[in-house]
Amino acid sequence: MTDAGRHPAAVVTRGLRKVFGDRVAVEGLDLTIPRGEVFGLLGPNGSGKTTTIRMLCGLMAPTAGSADVVGFDVASSGERVRERIGYMSQRYGLYDDLTVFENLRFYGTVYGLHGEARSTRLEAHLRALGLDERRTQLAGTLSGGWKQRLALACATAHEPEMLFLDEPTAGVDPAARRAFWDSIYELAGRGTTILVTTHYMDEAERCQRLAFLSRGRLIALGTNAEISAQFNQPRIEDVFIELQRRDEATHR
Amino acid sequence: MSLIRRLRFSRFWPMLWKEFIQMRRDRLTLALITVLPAVQLVLFGYAIQTDVRNLPTVVLDESRTSDSRRLISVIGNTGNFKIVGDVATRDEVQTAVLSARAAAALIIPPEYARDVRAGRTATAQMIVDASDPQTSAAAMSGAQLAAAAVATQIVSARFAAPPPLELRVRPWFNPAQRSAVFIVPGVIGVLLTITLTLITSTAIVRERERGTLEQLVVTPIGKTSLMLGKLVPFMLVGFVQMTVVLGLGKLIFRIPIEGNLLMLYLLAIPFMIASLGVGLLISTVARTQAQAMQLSFFFMLPNILLSGYIFPRVAMPEPAQWVGLALPLTFFLKVLRGILLKGVGFANVWSPTLSLLALATVLIAISVRRFRKTIE
Repeated sequence: MTDAGRHPAAVVTRGLRKVFGDRVAVEGLDLTIPRGEVFGLLGPNGSGKTTTIRMLCGLMAPTAGSADVVGFDVASSGERVRERIGYMSQRYGLYDDLTVFENLRFYGTVYGLHGEARSTRLEAHLRALGLDERRTQLAGTLSGGWKQRLALACATAHEPEMLFLDEPTAGVDPAARRAFWDSIYELAGRGTTILVTTHYMDEAERCQRLAFLSRGRLIALGTNAEISAQFNQPRIEDVFIELQRRDEATHR
Repeated sequence: MSLIRRLRFSRFWPMLWKEFIQMRRDRLTLALITVLPAVQLVLFGYAIQTDVRNLPTVVLDESRTSDSRRLISVIGNTGNFKIVGDVATRDEVQTAVLSARAAAALIIPPEYARDVRAGRTATAQMIVDASDPQTSAAAMSGAQLAAAAVATQIVSARFAAPPPLELRVRPWFNPAQRSAVFIVPGVIGVLLTITLTLITSTAIVRERERGTLEQLVVTPIGKTSLMLGKLVPFMLVGFVQMTVVLGLGKLIFRIPIEGNLLMLYLLAIPFMIASLGVGLLISTVARTQAQAMQLSFFFMLPNILLSGYIFPRVAMPEPAQWVGLALPLTFFLKVLRGILLKGVGFANVWSPTLSLLALATVLIAISVRRFRKTIE
């Protein structure tokens, strides 16, 4: 850490809250994610996962509370945060009418890569993700799995300290999902902190720690085993189903 | 960091680069940018003829004298009327006009020549199909002018004296009175309005629809670079279109370029900024590209009707004139026509320029504020 006073943790939130009109999307979220962790954010639809990620990335201002990401306050040092994070949404954010290489080059340049360093980095990146052979293909003609891989490449070309993944594997076949997670572990192995939201329980089980959100509130936090024990269920999947059942019961 | 370094590494450049690649690959946009100027030019340059020429005319000459033939030839020479045939009876006149074979008829009664020679008031009748008031008004005044000329000749001949009064009308700036000279400079303004509102707003809405706008907002690009990267490319396209229309207008329609072109290009900038403001505003309201397109066309309509592009603003009812004052095109047309047709200097276009600057400031301020909110 060269910057003095940066919080050592990758993410620290204090009383984070977001209200849309009269609906509370996120309520009093206190969360700390240490650097290098693969952290899963789980919860049924509308539980506040995406809203949380959007606040952490600076896409949305919180109604109350604050968040530090990679050591900087998101509200006051947004640009410093944005330079150091990567973000991949469910929609991938790729330009269909640009080729694979053009997409990568565009995002790389936007993140401040230039000249020699840029070419070296992008070429290495293309090879590492197996996108080399498809470099001149238009992104719009790629299959779901390749699009996902390109989106990951675009989000990580600048070697971010932290990566946010919002349901990154929705609508992608199992083989591509496995390859994707291999890449995620590789990034984590190099010290990148990962925050991922997902619906897939096998993916949740790959995370080192999990947080369960229900109606905007944090209701469980810990490792797989800890959470399963907390809810007296054999597996995370059962915890999820149990939570959803409770959620629907109170909803009625 | 020095200014040059900052400019060189500005995150605005990759936006510009990307925008031009996309423009090149998107067929619809490419067509709008290249084909539209040509189509507009030909369509409006050729088809819009506000001057009425060659109105088909039948003649019922019951006088059949040299006097009556002189009246017919003078009216035929105005250019407003084209004599398409003679008829023998008043019933035939009616049939010709009803069947639309003729839009006008000249009737000269048997006593015409007798009255002329006797020094009495001779009468002739001109019937004009006035269903379309614009066409008929020009034709009727043309006929009256011709008749007045004939009357003056008769009087001078009788007194063997020169005519007591002659009004010498000199049509400045467009001596041949060709519509194209008036319309083609306006095509530039209309085209720029289309490019900067329709193409710009759909390009921004497309980014939002596809989720790339959100992706851009999480990059360190900065909102200003993001907006400039989205707006400047279309301004460059606008300058190219302007140049193409000026060139083709000069080649095909021989429109005059009397004034300083550099000044015209400079004064186009506030107009473009105002139009970009409208485009950006539309992009903040429209949720889909189709909606952006509809809104842009909705905006185009008053531009074509109320700006003075085709119909003179002075002839409009006052409320319509007020609406016109809210349109950047209204003022840019004054600049365009002033510089191209009259060759005026800045001293004569500062007033519309000030209005353009005011509109540009207001529109861009409102739209930038709204746009910033939508990407929060």
